[in-house]
Amino acid sequence: MKTYIARRLLQLIPILFGITLLSFLLLHTGTADVVDVMESNTGSVMTETEKEQLRAELGLDRPLPVQYAAWLGRVLKGDMGVSYVSGRPVLPAFLSKLPATILLTVSSILLTVLISIPLGILSAVRHNRITDYIIRCFSFMGNSLPNFFVSLLLIYFFSLKLKLLPVMGNTAGWKSVILPTLTLALSMASRYTRQVRAAVLEELNKDYVQGARARGIHEKRILYGSVLRASMLTIVTLLALSVGSLLGGTAIVESIFLWDGVGRMAVDAITMRDYPVIQAYVIWMAVIYVCVNLFTDILYHYLDPRIRAGQEEMQWN
Amino acid sequence: MELKRTAGRRAGNIHTTFKMAVFGALVALVLLTAVFAPQLAPFDPYEQDLGSALLPPVREHLFGTDRFGRDLLSRVIMGSRSTVFSALLLVLLITVIGTAVGMLCGYYGGWLDSLLMRLSDVFLAFPGMVFAIAAAGVMKGGLFSAVAALACISWPKYARIARSQALAIRNMPYVAAARLAGSGDVQIMGKHILPNLAGPVVVTAVLDMGTMMMEIAGLSFLGLGAAPPAAEWGSMMSDGRSMLQTSPWVVLAPGLAIFLTVMIFNLAGDTVRDLLDPRQRKR
Repeated sequence: MKTYIARRLLQLIPILFGITLLSFLLLHTGTADVVDVMESNTGSVMTETEKEQLRAELGLDRPLPVQYAAWLGRVLKGDMGVSYVSGRPVLPAFLSKLPATILLTVSSILLTVLISIPLGILSAVRHNRITDYIIRCFSFMGNSLPNFFVSLLLIYFFSLKLKLLPVMGNTAGWKSVILPTLTLALSMASRYTRQVRAAVLEELNKDYVQGARARGIHEKRILYGSVLRASMLTIVTLLALSVGSLLGGTAIVESIFLWDGVGRMAVDAITMRDYPVIQAYVIWMAVIYVCVNLFTDILYHYLDPRIRAGQEEMQWN
Repeated sequence: MELKRTAGRRAGNIHTTFKMAVFGALVALVLLTAVFAPQLAPFDPYEQDLGSALLPPVREHLFGTDRFGRDLLSRVIMGSRSTVFSALLLVLLITVIGTAVGMLCGYYGGWLDSLLMRLSDVFLAFPGMVFAIAAAGVMKGGLFSAVAALACISWPKYARIARSQALAIRNMPYVAAARLAGSGDVQIMGKHILPNLAGPVVVTAVLDMGTMMMEIAGLSFLGLGAAPPAAEWGSMMSDGRSMLQTSPWVVLAPGLAIFLTVMIFNLAGDTVRDLLDPRQRKR
């Protein structure tokens, strides 16, 4: 197990290196000139010589690899540059908005789990019966709804018509979390319910279930005692893998609900062409995503007794 | 017993074939609407008529009008062009690039394979929409930059599928036989590897159509794809946001259009998977 974790951590290094390189190139080979962007953002007029001077100051006249090395050195020290718009360091601003996004992510994952796991299991147990068809039908529709449409529908019904919930912002306490969470959870739960159903069905079709039934073991005991325990592994893994789509989805949902998180910060930064902020967003989201996936992989290895045993055997050899 | 099972399987196939015919026809309908959009639209989707702005759905304007008095039905029909065609272009792009890269990597192996696969590892490490938002934002070139941004982040998935298939196929006896019979690499790839890896790739591509459509519309909604006044479903919805309370139909018309179109493509995708890849069939 230890060697496995060490190996996975080592594999992480080239990936992280790649992430920084790609994020750097993305924003340095762009068509727009950084100094021109800064000029239009600050509203001041600069002469060509002043611009040249600024370019030299920012190191933009040096070759790309040199720029990358210098930039990476700063990033590793926790300096992600200064916002072109506010003129303040990017990292503290980003970190101050991260908790709001994490709150949204965690609450929608919780809601997804609460909806999907019971429905998925129910759907599998009632395979090809009316309950199964209804659940499948709803999860199919949920899968075809883009989250910006869901947000607007929810705002229309719950905020504008029924006046139950605030439209936007995260200032109204717990009530403001509800709609963005519902939006994110709806699309995630639709996909996840199908995956839970498939995982449980696969387990239900295995020979040992047939054997247990033949021996007269009660259906409930088979389900709770063996099937669910066995399929939980797949269920947990699939949940962690869906975090990626959630991280991207928060950007749209945050900017609709004016939720003060990193996603909205990034979307605003794009309209202002505030490259350091966009860069911080892309890098951090990728790092979070990679870490979640790594953690899942390790957990999977830890939880699966077959793999764990295999690992130990390998160590013996 | 054996007879009954074959009969059952045949009945399943007939059922799937029937479903394929229905959903295929619906997909064809969507595509035809997109192709003949200018002829089908009852009004000019760009002509403003401030006198009849924000009309609720009435007989003359079935979906109502937006704040410039443009007929929403016509705009939704025209919008099918940008949304559906760009999704088609995107899926075609990533299928071709991904399959080519994956097949070459799987067939030849070696340092090129390692290099390209490490590259795809890096792309797969980004949450797709996060990367696409940033890339489309930097390019700022309208709908095409949205397509390019999504293509950039989506090809590795196809490369992975094609590569794993190619790896399995290249060790098949018939490939060895073809080589003994004097076929070159190009011939083997064209005649044996590509046709045999096409199945899973096509299934993935059809299943991705709906998702890609939603992502393109999402980028346009954020202002990173098609920009107003272009008739595109995502940007039309973004445009109608501020009038949600008074005139919800401005958002509803393009929203329902996306919902229905994505659903049709998803249904067709599931059926194609059942037809081409019976092992993965939904139980």
